[in-house]
Amino acid sequence: MAERSLIEHWPDEQGHFGPYGGMYVSETLMHALEELSTAYARWRSDPEFMARLDADLASYVGRPSPVYFAERLTEKAGGARILLKREDLNHTGAHKINNTVGQGLLAQHMGKTRVIAETGAGQHGVATATVAARLDQRCVVYMGETDIHRQAINVFRMQLLGAEVRSVTAGSKTLKDALNEAMRDWVTNVDDTFYVIGTVAGPHPYPMLVRDFNAVVGREARRQVLEGWGRLPDALVACVGGGSNAIGLFHPFLDDAAVRMFGVEAAGRGLETGEHAASLCAGRPGVLHGCRSYLIDDDAGQIRHTHSVSAGLDYPGVGPEHAWLKDSGRARYVSVTDTEALAATHQLARLEGILPALESSHAVAYGMRLAADMAPDQIVLINLSGRGDKDVQTLAALEGLSL
Amino acid sequence: MSHRIDHVFATAAERGRRILIPFITAGDPDPAWTVPIMHALVAGGADLIELGVPFSDPMADGPVIQASSERAIARGVDLAGVLEMVRAFRADDVDTPVVLMGYMNPVERFGVDALAGAFRSAGVDGLLMVDCPPEELVALQPALDAAGAYAVLLVAPTTTEHRLQQIARAARGFIYYVSFKGITGAGRLDTAALQEPLARIRRHSQLPVAVGFGIKDPAAAAAVAQHADAVVIGSALVENLVGSDAAEEACGRAREFVASMRESLDNMAGSE
Repeated sequence: MAERSLIEHWPDEQGHFGPYGGMYVSETLMHALEELSTAYARWRSDPEFMARLDADLASYVGRPSPVYFAERLTEKAGGARILLKREDLNHTGAHKINNTVGQGLLAQHMGKTRVIAETGAGQHGVATATVAARLDQRCVVYMGETDIHRQAINVFRMQLLGAEVRSVTAGSKTLKDALNEAMRDWVTNVDDTFYVIGTVAGPHPYPMLVRDFNAVVGREARRQVLEGWGRLPDALVACVGGGSNAIGLFHPFLDDAAVRMFGVEAAGRGLETGEHAASLCAGRPGVLHGCRSYLIDDDAGQIRHTHSVSAGLDYPGVGPEHAWLKDSGRARYVSVTDTEALAATHQLARLEGILPALESSHAVAYGMRLAADMAPDQIVLINLSGRGDKDVQTLAALEGLSL
Repeated sequence: MSHRIDHVFATAAERGRRILIPFITAGDPDPAWTVPIMHALVAGGADLIELGVPFSDPMADGPVIQASSERAIARGVDLAGVLEMVRAFRADDVDTPVVLMGYMNPVERFGVDALAGAFRSAGVDGLLMVDCPPEELVALQPALDAAGAYAVLLVAPTTTEHRLQQIARAARGFIYYVSFKGITGAGRLDTAALQEPLARIRRHSQLPVAVGFGIKDPAAAAAVAQHADAVVIGSALVENLVGSDAAEEACGRAREFVASMRESLDNMAGSE
């Protein structure tokens, strides 16, 4: 009997990945989620829909993104060969567009004329606004007041694309609060509105949907590494906030038992300080934003404020499939501090001429550490999930410069 | 002895009285005032009390209840503290049912295993988990059964016929109908539009039906009660208590607010 494929196995009908996932939302949204599941099941098996998606990914997003051998970074790390999956070269500068192209198309096929999104760093907001402009959909993006200040460029980009950016002033004024507010909008406007969730969290079917739309990253990478290097990579490395770029890379490799997987969380100022965003490394299972997964809370079950230099990782939860991959041992989750991530940003810029997003720098930092302990004939594949243009002001501010 | 919730609804039905359910967030405006406020609500004419367990990320609530949750959390109120308040309330009131309303994570952190004993000893009669549809509630059901507490379930305007059947089978005590698509406290209430959905619920369930979300004043309460067995008032009451300087003032406001609603319900045609 063939072994059961991990790729096809999860989630179950109710959206569970082992004990995680599910649909923890108010009754008003249950029908909308069922409707979305039904629509997705229909369109994903529709050859014309999938052909349109593939065409958009090729001619609009610019796929496939290359796999690049980072020779000088490899030398610097002094071990295994380091390959970079260049999601930073996608239209809008990150992997986020893979998902929004898919969900935007799905919204259009479901007859929804208005899309809403939450955003932290602004990358998902920009990617949603981009697709909404092209598909002539009204677009509202919720963003925490704190993030609006630290990602001013992306706010203006969204406005240039025709989206309305609504500032969220409740709670910690960051991504988690933007997500609450987007849910409230959705529950109020559920008839004409499609909620484009930007990560593999939230209620079922979102963790599956967002994973499937991002899995193009792993499918391409698997083929590219086999073709270019004649073998599979020994290790995959990706940063994890909600976890969409990581699951996109990992998922098509789940059945390749020899390929190790490392999800890199934000240790912020250090796990021991409590100022971090490492839900899997330092959190515990609970329920937030529609699903059961690991999260960061206090003893009363209140969600705690998190910290990371990278707004995109500054989130107290994580996708339920990662929780399952952690518990099952299939993937390992580690963490990298702000300081280490910033050092990796500078190294990649100076050695390879690539300025990575601060989120992706977490993966670069860990990937280099990992490669150092491996043999030169081995391969570490790092998902370079986004480019660093959006972080230039943050980087300058850290050096005491104002641009 | 019958369940407190069943008893209250049965007695009201005999007398043609509409049930009035005020909601307050436990611990707001001040944790020490919550028990006196609960008594004031009863004195004003409340039949059942919904007590909000504060949560940091209340996705289904509007700005009024979110702000009140944040104030309560800032004052250190957690589920254990809320249970202490219910226990203290029970020392002087063994008749008025208390339903806790909140979100899953604080309940999980408290511990599902500890829930049954804690609910029973505090005297909690029901639990309404806003972010937990019946599909996921099965994990809590044994604890609720052991505590003799009802899982109060929501029905929304978007609830399909198939789901309504499931909810009707699982519901105990009463069914809570969410009066519109939206969040608590929003101004979207259309009382005329309640007739059809409530009739639909009654085709599937014998249980009394409470209506909540967006009921702000005595006139709206009376209009809703034309169709519903019970009326839930949350945001308007919570907002009314904001800015009270002392427990006596908050209690006075709570009692008057509820009394005005009570009067409006009692003066409806068809009531005694």
